[in-house]
Amino acid sequence: MPTTFLNVSLSVNGTGYTVSIDSRATLLEVLRGELGLTGTKPGCEHGECGACTVLVNGRRVLSCLALAATQEGAEVTTIEGLAPLGALHPVQQAFIDHDAMQCGFCTPGQVLSAVACLAEGHASSREEIREWMSGNLCRCSAYPQIVDAVFAAGRAIVEGA
Amino acid sequence: MRFERASSASDALAKVALAPDAQFIAGGTELVNWIRDGIAAPSLVIDLSPLPLRGIRRDGGVIVIGALERLADVAAHAMVRRDLPAVAAALEAAASPQIRNMGTIGGNLLQRTRCPYFRADAPTACNRRDPGSGCSALEGDSRHAAILGWKEACVAVHASDLAVALLALDAVLVIETASGPRRVPLAEFYPDESRPFGPETTLGHGELIVAVEVPLDVAAGRSRFLKARDRASFEFALVSAAAAVAIEGGRIVEARVALGGVASRPWRLWETEAALRGAPVSASSIDAAVTAGLAGARPLKDNAYKVELARRVAAAVINQAGGAA
Repeated sequence: MPTTFLNVSLSVNGTGYTVSIDSRATLLEVLRGELGLTGTKPGCEHGECGACTVLVNGRRVLSCLALAATQEGAEVTTIEGLAPLGALHPVQQAFIDHDAMQCGFCTPGQVLSAVACLAEGHASSREEIREWMSGNLCRCSAYPQIVDAVFAAGRAIVEGA
Repeated sequence: MRFERASSASDALAKVALAPDAQFIAGGTELVNWIRDGIAAPSLVIDLSPLPLRGIRRDGGVIVIGALERLADVAAHAMVRRDLPAVAAALEAAASPQIRNMGTIGGNLLQRTRCPYFRADAPTACNRRDPGSGCSALEGDSRHAAILGWKEACVAVHASDLAVALLALDAVLVIETASGPRRVPLAEFYPDESRPFGPETTLGHGELIVAVEVPLDVAAGRSRFLKARDRASFEFALVSAAAAVAIEGGRIVEARVALGGVASRPWRLWETEAALRGAPVSASSIDAAVTAGLAGARPLKDNAYKVELARRVAAAVINQAGGAA
């Protein structure tokens, strides 16, 4: 099948880009391959693990299932853009404080999912966090620490507000 | 693969007619995997996301949900939670928060089976992938396969939780066609098993789901949904069930019950509903009605557990819906 290219304009971490992409490319492939933003991880590439989670227009989505061509005009936030260079988002700090990672491969997706989970108001208890973070798998099974980190980040954000 | 953006529903219909293998895309959570896994290789994909097929509103006796509404937004909508609790529960039990932010109401109803042989990334006998190649699940791993209605050509199950809830609520799909809109009850949208290599829905090429209509009544307002699965969250159903029950004077005057994970389509328990009408709200009468509805169950070698699980999940959801009345 011949490859068809098209132009897509989107904003990533506050910077505007117009990229020529294969019509079959996913947002994940564009972020990593075209824009060099390799913080977003390819895990299962079937929507089953959450490693590729990014925010699109403020909502958490799976970049491996988002056809890039459908993202015209989207405002994308990846792990690289969550906090200013050299600074940490409160969720990132909480993941460090609670040792919420082992190999770290799922961590960018976990962090972005957690940011959205908190913004959605789905982090009032550890039980609620477990349900609403269930789209992000951790093969090292750091789940108790991840739940602790999300819970603590929620409290830190409320107390800091 | 050519890519076009639709500017209106009629534009979408005109564009999809350009190629017999053209596909619409909305959330992409199914089509992107189909393309990646070789299940589909469309020469033309038409993006529906610019279309205004959104909104959740009450129109007389029905709630109308735009086909492009995201699963997460429908699940969170106050009117849906109050008037169609089974729909909200089914949506919140589906997939993950990320996928619910992407997937649409119309697209969810068009998802294809999760049978591992159908989804295999290496050549595998599957009549749905390659008609005539056989059914690997029949002699292979049939733990997740059907217990009702199946023919030897295919024992796969339908995976949508939403469809189970909507079936129990007598939902109707509004479908735009080149000759104008038509309405199809969900109960008629998924064909029976008489043509196992045949189409999986009655949606024709060149047709577009534009809305779902859900009738409002007392039973819908007290509807319930339950899902049994291998892990607590982010997993397809082994068995799911939805029930809408109306009670007067301690007796059931109306009951609508649907099962998921048991057949190639969401499955109405018509015999159970008939047996429940006029019955008291008691565990014994509900158990008897559910047992009657499952009398035709034919488990495969790995899924006899599903008959008992279906019986228990259906009875529990009827009890819950009845208790809410």
